[in-house]
Amino acid sequence: MQPFDSICGIAAPLLAANVDTDVIMPKQFLKGIDRSGLDRGVFFDLRFLADGQPNPDFVLNQEPWRRTRFLVVGPNFGCGSSREHAVWGLKQLGIRALIGSSFAGIFFDNCQRNGVLLIQLPEEQVQEIGRRVSHADDAELCIDLPAQQIRLRNGQSIPFEIDPLRKEALVLGLDAIGSTLQRTAQIRDFEAGHLQRNPWLA
Amino acid sequence: MNSPRTLYDKHIDSHTVCTLDDHGHVLLYIDRQVANEYTSPQAFSGLREAGRTVWRPAATLCVVDHVNPTAPQRIAAMPDAGGALQVSYFEQNCRDFGIELFDVLDKRQGIEHVVAPEQGFILPGMVVAAGDSHTTTYGALGAFGFGIGTSEIEHLLATQTLVYKRLKTLHVKVSGALGSGVTSKDIIMALIRRIGASGATGYAIEFSGPTITALSVEARMTICNMAVEAGARGAFMAPDDKVFAYLKDKPRAPRGALWEQALARWRELYSDPGAHFDAEVELDAGALEPMVTWGTSPDQAAPIGARVPDPNHEPDLIRRQDLQRALRYMGLEPGTPLSEISISHAFIGSCTNARIEDLRDAARVVRGRKVAAHVRAMIVPGSTLVRDQAEAEGLAQVFREAGFEWRQSGCSMCLAMNDDVLSPGDRCASSTNRNFEGRQGAGARTHLMSPAMVAAAALSGYLTDVRHVALEA
Repeated sequence: MQPFDSICGIAAPLLAANVDTDVIMPKQFLKGIDRSGLDRGVFFDLRFLADGQPNPDFVLNQEPWRRTRFLVVGPNFGCGSSREHAVWGLKQLGIRALIGSSFAGIFFDNCQRNGVLLIQLPEEQVQEIGRRVSHADDAELCIDLPAQQIRLRNGQSIPFEIDPLRKEALVLGLDAIGSTLQRTAQIRDFEAGHLQRNPWLA
Repeated sequence: MNSPRTLYDKHIDSHTVCTLDDHGHVLLYIDRQVANEYTSPQAFSGLREAGRTVWRPAATLCVVDHVNPTAPQRIAAMPDAGGALQVSYFEQNCRDFGIELFDVLDKRQGIEHVVAPEQGFILPGMVVAAGDSHTTTYGALGAFGFGIGTSEIEHLLATQTLVYKRLKTLHVKVSGALGSGVTSKDIIMALIRRIGASGATGYAIEFSGPTITALSVEARMTICNMAVEAGARGAFMAPDDKVFAYLKDKPRAPRGALWEQALARWRELYSDPGAHFDAEVELDAGALEPMVTWGTSPDQAAPIGARVPDPNHEPDLIRRQDLQRALRYMGLEPGTPLSEISISHAFIGSCTNARIEDLRDAARVVRGRKVAAHVRAMIVPGSTLVRDQAEAEGLAQVFREAGFEWRQSGCSMCLAMNDDVLSPGDRCASSTNRNFEGRQGAGARTHLMSPAMVAAAALSGYLTDVRHVALEA
């Protein structure tokens, strides 16, 4: 997994509530057996007009947000379907972190597994950052994960919380399966006892 | 460990391989997994690339359900190249890793969350994860089910575990007798409306109370299924004699002495008196009316007797904009009575509401009547076994005579990954779980409701209070 250290870039505001994974990655992009080509599908119905041309009204098609690395999002972002294609697509589009007040559970885990940092802040703070990055001149910010700080263009620093376990996995880019398989003997022991206690599961 | 524990605590405690930190992370053992053809391929590819094997192949059941057509004549071939590739890779993965597969021609094929309980693959006390958000369904059996993404599927296949963070718990107590024409779908829709689409984010919900106890096991599944639409990462109901009767003699349920041994354990699966929940909600089911959604989020719902809300009455700017956007997408004017909304399609299907009892409910409304001339009405049974049973009971005949299409099983137009897709501007009364923008087709509009309410709408051509139809019968 790609490590996340300190990253600077453009942040785009997408502050509607309950943006679901059907909207982030519509169904016609779910028919593959690999992860390729999903950048095209991200927010497809919002980003593109019926004739396939970019929708000039959508923020990710405007300067400087065409080069966005971060999204500032409304509450309950990523709700709905479990499709990880939504996260793969965001990552392929260059998105490395999202700032919001709440994220849907499965989407949250999917981001973590793909090295996409989710930062949770109180809603008023998210709205404030969203307002700032809505101005082209203030759209850039830096996220320093080791220091747990967001730095805005005006020099303001906003601290954020993250579980140490999540932070370590993101900073080091750890392979979750590899880490768990180091506990193979422990899992084997647990499983043997579990199936003995519940023999109908065997 | 003598302090009173919730049912959720009991599941997590009994499945914890080890604690990973002091922030609630554990390595959680998973008893069962159900997999489908569209969220699993990259997980299997990951195993192949890393040269890893599947830890316990018998713990996984694979079912083709999302991309297959539901045309009345079943064939093995998928009509589109993407679906064909996904199904053939799925078959190859099942062969190479030794996992059981129900393909489209299998008599047990159907929507994974209908099939797994039907087969007795899910039992009380289990922890189940699957690459589909509606895995919460299994809470109705006293199991703990939750949805995961593809990376987690790979982790689970390789290790039989997940790195898991404990949730908070929400206790929803439901009391009061449901009125005629009001169903468990209306209970969960009313709850989502009340607590919001993220009202249970970060929580596992336990449902209890006399109303839940009075419901059938299938009706309970509808509630647990849609708990995820309030953000819940799991739903629970303490298993009771109805659950045990439902499971007895299912193909994969334990038998004989093993059944008795399991039963004794399952009877301990309840929240201890005095167990602590992080939040509580009480719902009076006696006051509920049949619900319909009018917007593009499952919490944008109202009783059928209500009107489309007016965004100008919403003081919060962001929320007002969300409402305006939803009404614009839905093509609705504020103040319109919901019962005056005309539909073009009616769809009964999905893991939420396409079990045999749902079809019986709909057939009671439809019997002897005709679908409105301007409506295309479809029934997609939750599984092939449900379809067979409905044919044996004469329900299929009732639907066909009324003008419904009687189709094969699959996820179908719930998410429109197969060829059952609506066109822009189509408006569908749907027994499914999500009214998101574009969910049933780009530009298509979805109104969620119970199967009986879909049936009533199909007949009149408008969103309709099923209680009025029943009175005329």
